[in-house]
Amino acid sequence: MFVLAEMKDVLRVTPDNFHQSLSESITTLLNRKLANKVVLNVGLCIALFDITHIGYSYIFPGDGSSHTEVRFRYIVFRPVAEEILIGKIRSCSRDGVHVTLGFFDDILIPVNALQHPSRFDETDQAWVWEYPKEDGEKHDLFMDSGESIRFRVTSETFEESLPSGPPGTECAVQTVAPYRLIGGINEPGLGLLTWWEAPEQDDEDDNEQDNDE
Amino acid sequence: METIKPNAAFLCNFEVMQILQQLKDSTQKKHKREGSLATVTYETVHYLQNSDCKHQNAQSIEKFLEAMKPFKLTKSEKLMMLNTPPHTELEIQLIVQESEERLSEDEVRKIISIVNEHLPSSDTA
Repeated sequence: MFVLAEMKDVLRVTPDNFHQSLSESITTLLNRKLANKVVLNVGLCIALFDITHIGYSYIFPGDGSSHTEVRFRYIVFRPVAEEILIGKIRSCSRDGVHVTLGFFDDILIPVNALQHPSRFDETDQAWVWEYPKEDGEKHDLFMDSGESIRFRVTSETFEESLPSGPPGTECAVQTVAPYRLIGGINEPGLGLLTWWEAPEQDDEDDNEQDNDE
Repeated sequence: METIKPNAAFLCNFEVMQILQQLKDSTQKKHKREGSLATVTYETVHYLQNSDCKHQNAQSIEKFLEAMKPFKLTKSEKLMMLNTPPHTELEIQLIVQESEERLSEDEVRKIISIVNEHLPSSDTA
């Protein structure tokens, strides 16, 4: 789920940072620029891995800062398609189940990728998998918020986000998620971790669920 | 800014956790943690510490990969096994594409025992 991305950038180090070593300033600048941000078609940047090359530094007329070309590798969150991830349910809505990994929230399991047959319970605001029992009856398996869920990443979308307006103005700021993952749980073994636990633990789980209901 | 290779190498969850923890320790000493970096490292470490990679170490991962060599799995399949260690046949079916054709029942059982040996889950540890 994590990869290294190789990138290149020209960094401007202002004179008040000249007391530090150049690599230290570069590390700070890169982490300030990229940490916790999404780069288009790359993924969610986490932290600097290493600096592979530092070029010559230049000083331009009228500016005391030094400009340095740097090549570096960054730790990026970008799961590959078909990867299995474990997250927690953030909320359920008519669109499907929203999942969070803690550091990444924009994961949706759409209705058509839930276990079949599923229904949306309006009173509990949760999706329910109507697991068919052998005797023809159904066993309701609720997907409550906060539960751990195993899902398969099916696709990803990047969206270019526009810069927000100057502070203080009340222009409509678009809040589109720059990087979204679409997941699926419509395979045996996927879904809440408690659904698929080893049989000897099943009895306890059933009792717990009965108590909850 | 320019991206040279968006996908230069894969990292397993354990490696990421180690790097981030070192980063957390070193920046705490200097008292200058940058906002967004601190947020993302905290949240990522929090997620990783609740996963199975908390109990892994470099030697066990190396031994695991060595033991997995005869099964002819792809790199990403082995990576997924490290990140979410499979303890049941069902979980192997999810990770390995067309596992029924590529792995015999014996092999699946062997993989589970290798996983249990080198990558213990949070319950057994």
